[in-house]
Amino acid sequence: MHSKQVRRRRAVVAALVAVSLILLTAYFGESPNSPLHTVQRGIVEVFSPIEEGASKALAPVRNVAGWFSDTFKAKSQVDQLRNQVHRLQALLAQAQTAEIENRQLSNELRLVDSAGIDTYKPVAAQVILRDPNLWYETVEVDKGSDDGVRIGNPVTGDGALVGEVTVVDPTVSVVTLITDHTMAVAARVQDSSGDTGVLVPAVGKPNQLVLQYLPTSAPVQSGQLVDTVGFRSGSLQDLFPPGIPIGQVSSVGNDLANNGEVQVTPAADLHHLDVVQILTAPHAGTERAQLP
Amino acid sequence: MNVQLRDYVRLPVRLIVLAFATVVIQEAAVSQISIFGTSADLTPLVVMAVGLLAGSIPGAIMGFGIGLLVDMVLFQTLGISSLLYIVIGYWSGRLRELRDPSHGLVPMAVGAGATAFAGVGMAVIQFLLGVDAPVSVLLLQQIFITVLVNTLLALPVYAAVRRVVEPALPQDPLRRRRRAYSTGGLSPLQRPSSRRGVAPGSSTR
Repeated sequence: MHSKQVRRRRAVVAALVAVSLILLTAYFGESPNSPLHTVQRGIVEVFSPIEEGASKALAPVRNVAGWFSDTFKAKSQVDQLRNQVHRLQALLAQAQTAEIENRQLSNELRLVDSAGIDTYKPVAAQVILRDPNLWYETVEVDKGSDDGVRIGNPVTGDGALVGEVTVVDPTVSVVTLITDHTMAVAARVQDSSGDTGVLVPAVGKPNQLVLQYLPTSAPVQSGQLVDTVGFRSGSLQDLFPPGIPIGQVSSVGNDLANNGEVQVTPAADLHHLDVVQILTAPHAGTERAQLP
Repeated sequence: MNVQLRDYVRLPVRLIVLAFATVVIQEAAVSQISIFGTSADLTPLVVMAVGLLAGSIPGAIMGFGIGLLVDMVLFQTLGISSLLYIVIGYWSGRLRELRDPSHGLVPMAVGAGATAFAGVGMAVIQFLLGVDAPVSVLLLQQIFITVLVNTLLALPVYAAVRRVVEPALPQDPLRRRRRAYSTGGLSPLQRPSSRRGVAPGSSTR
């Protein structure tokens, strides 16, 4: 009797482990359109109304917890933000002058102004799920292909680029954040020469980015803003439209001179996104000078 | 419905509802509350609590179910969380079956162990799968903070799970007998005279 129980217990555990390993192996080697992925998308589709409802119902709990967390954080940030305001006011004055100049030059060249985000047909979406761990930097939003969302659409939030749509269903989408290890964005530092590079997540620092492939002599300084390039070279076109803020240079150090790299802090608070904008027409109205 | 059949399905139904509720609450609310840059994870705690209350087989099955649900809902690689949570549920259940720990703080210790195992296990599996992800002191720090937060949450989570699961559990004679010993009422080590007073017909000297 006892040995029968032991055998049954071991058989159940062995079966469960075997099923898990089979699922893991099958899923890992599959393409995104394979049966397991399709089943997963179906389940997410079924779950999404429940998640959306629960997300709205539990919003007060999140807000209360967020209030306590923000209060503790706010005190330590006051001085830092004051300094930042002074610096940004100076930058704003420069930017306004540059904008006027830019508009005049654009008119002269008859280029379409692509800075307005409305051109890209933004769709507002609410974040209904987020993955809390370091391994998958994704959020799930309540808009899908029924609202015109497509794979590869850029996503902004908190006034800056936050990621890209990687999975689309009729009513929900999965957004991979710019801090995910699979992401890379062509970006430009707003220094005197507008140096460009590729922005990737910093290894070992999940909330930090690294702008790579800069000229080692680039006049980059801490605090300078970083935005998207939106390059176009023949038929090859950047997923992201130009001029969307991404973050600001947080540290320059010796990495610039040695490797052409600088540290960048994202402008958006990626861990507290509630509403995002999906740019469903990222290439609308962009007529940019082509790269050689 | 047949009474026997109803008793038979009561525990699985409660466990299924508990699994769904846990995943929805975890992903819709708890994971969005940041505590020192990380968030609590209720799922290993619930699996641990089910194992401690219901035994190794229900614990392992609950671990598999919750893990699969988490992987499905979060669009992760299927099977990773299931594999880790099976181990958590099974060993929590075995702890109950072999030792039957009665101390009130046992869920805290087991919850801390379960969370640490889930964090480290996830890291190891991801490295084995070749995911190019951050390897750093920060990862260990995040695991450590999650373990601390989960340790504090282990007792309330265990109490909540017990409220849901315990009414559906069959009576456990071993546990009833142990409870009787601890209150001193039915321990065979005690002499009848000290338990019931003077036995009829015995000398009073």
